[in-house]
Amino acid sequence: MDHLIKIISKPDNIPIVLMLGLTVFYTWFSMRKARRNDLQDISEEAKLSDKVQVWPYLVKVEFLAALLIMAILTIWSVGLDAPLEQPANPALTPNPSKAPWYFLGLQEILVYFDPWIAGVVLPTLIIVGLCAIPYIDINPKGNGYYTFKERPFAILTFMFGFLVLWVSLIVLGTFFRGPGWNIFMPWQEWDTHLVVALTNIDWSEWLPFHQPTRLVDGTLNPYAMLIGSVTVIGWYSLGVIYYFWKRKSDLMQKLGILRYSIVAFLFLTMMAVPVKVLLRIAFNIKYILVTPWFNI
Amino acid sequence: MIGLIDQMKEKMRRTDVYKSIFRHSYEDTQRNRALQIVDNVFLHLHPVRVTRHATNVGFTWGMGGITFLLFIVLTITGVILMFYYRPAAEYAYDDMKFLMNDVAFGPLMRNMHRWGAHAMVITVMLHMFRVFLTGSYKAPRQFNWVIGVILLTLTLFLSFTGYLLPWDQLAIWAVTVGTNMARATPLLGHEGPFGPELGMKINNDVRFVLLGGTQVGPPTLLRFYVLHCIFLPLVATILMVVHFWRVRKDGGISGPDTTTKKF
Ligand code: HEM
Repeated sequence: MDHLIKIISKPDNIPIVLMLGLTVFYTWFSMRKARRNDLQDISEEAKLSDKVQVWPYLVKVEFLAALLIMAILTIWSVGLDAPLEQPANPALTPNPSKAPWYFLGLQEILVYFDPWIAGVVLPTLIIVGLCAIPYIDINPKGNGYYTFKERPFAILTFMFGFLVLWVSLIVLGTFFRGPGWNIFMPWQEWDTHLVVALTNIDWSEWLPFHQPTRLVDGTLNPYAMLIGSVTVIGWYSLGVIYYFWKRKSDLMQKLGILRYSIVAFLFLTMMAVPVKVLLRIAFNIKYILVTPWFNI
Repeated sequence: MIGLIDQMKEKMRRTDVYKSIFRHSYEDTQRNRALQIVDNVFLHLHPVRVTRHATNVGFTWGMGGITFLLFIVLTITGVILMFYYRPAAEYAYDDMKFLMNDVAFGPLMRNMHRWGAHAMVITVMLHMFRVFLTGSYKAPRQFNWVIGVILLTLTLFLSFTGYLLPWDQLAIWAVTVGTNMARATPLLGHEGPFGPELGMKINNDVRFVLLGGTQVGPPTLLRFYVLHCIFLPLVATILMVVHFWRVRKDGGISGPDTTTKKF
């Protein structure tokens, strides 16, 4: 219990508690608004579509908000000092070494993917994917008011990415990861000597295949590579199969092949993350595909 | 007494000095309320009139505005911190100690800067969440969303580069962990796919460029300082100007299209 209080009240962890509270609140708050709108013919926002003067109606709100935020920030800053630890020492690596909290989701994914994916490709795809959203979401409905019913796929996908893959992984990385990047419950004392035996195997070595990644002479087993490549290509061909299944549908016609390909690629890449996490947890799978240049 | 004060106020409003500063009279009229906005360089970011739901905190959560407010607070406290801080490995940590122990209001400035930075990362994420949930990235606001995504990235980089400056254990190791990824950049990192094939080594790859060395050291401190205090805030400011201007040009805060039947 002491450890729980210690870890939650660590100055640099307070923002994460704050973020968690605010995201939960705003998710509930916005979905309540969406539900209310979805049950009516006309949205609450549309009922307020008359014009008011900015002075005083908007300036007043801004002023009060600024006052409130400044008050909170001042109290926070008077009450709690920013951390200043021992001077930098390149020879003394702390255990665990954690990135700043907003990158902990990515650091968490590093457990399941090699750095070139977790540290470079995925962040790039997050940024590119976010930029692409307005151009691939061609549903004209739900512009300027809260709704769920009119765009369930968009909202569920975004929430999965933001709430599960971003916010929850940050919370996991902050409160549940201890020395050696091992999982500790937040109330559990950190044991710096804990060694968790890793018995990871690669996808091709797993029961149904039984193909070792490397042959006895140390070279890569071509059959293992084949199994891996087929799996990766198979995963992305789900998007192709879905295309041919739904080709005639209205939505697919409107989307067009280019937009659809981008949506399918981004969606399948995002979903590959939880799938690999599950494979690791359930079957200790380390790599799906091992090549001389990179591993997936 | 009250009468006297009123009389003096009245007199003051008629002086040349007053009239040269405030270009309109004081009565609470529609016209003066409009002039109050357009005659003020800061307030005229706003239109004179907005739809009622745009003033509703429940709609915007005020998150974009709060993000901007925090950015201003960070600029002011940041400039004050710069008076006391030298970005060289032999001084940086001692300057922080001095600031925390011996400078009047030093801890308050540093704390506001640090907690404000954390808060800004949170509010910018929530702002994006709100904009998504109200579908405000849809036509005609697509490009402003893209500018927003760049602002989000800049906010994270600002926070990340600032994290190194105290030059304590927390700082260098968090930045070491964060920049280690760059080794594995495909093509451009010495441990990334096809990096070695392209001639990447530990002392010429993209991480080396970022750190100014093979590990987080004094050149990294200077690099991050310049990025943190000059380059990134400058770019962020320019993009914020564009962001706000586009909010106006795209027709103000998004709202339901009341010209169609179901909305
Ligand atoms: C430094 C960061 C940012 C600042 C200071 C900022 C500021 C603002 C402000 C003051 C508004 C007016 C409405 C409101 O308060 O919600 C706004 C609107 C908007 N922002 Fe941002 N923003 C930032 C980042 C972002 C990000 C990360 C995104 C999306 C990825 C974004 C997309 C938008 C869009 C599309 C609008 C128009 C919303 C509407 O019309 O309802 N902004 N922004």
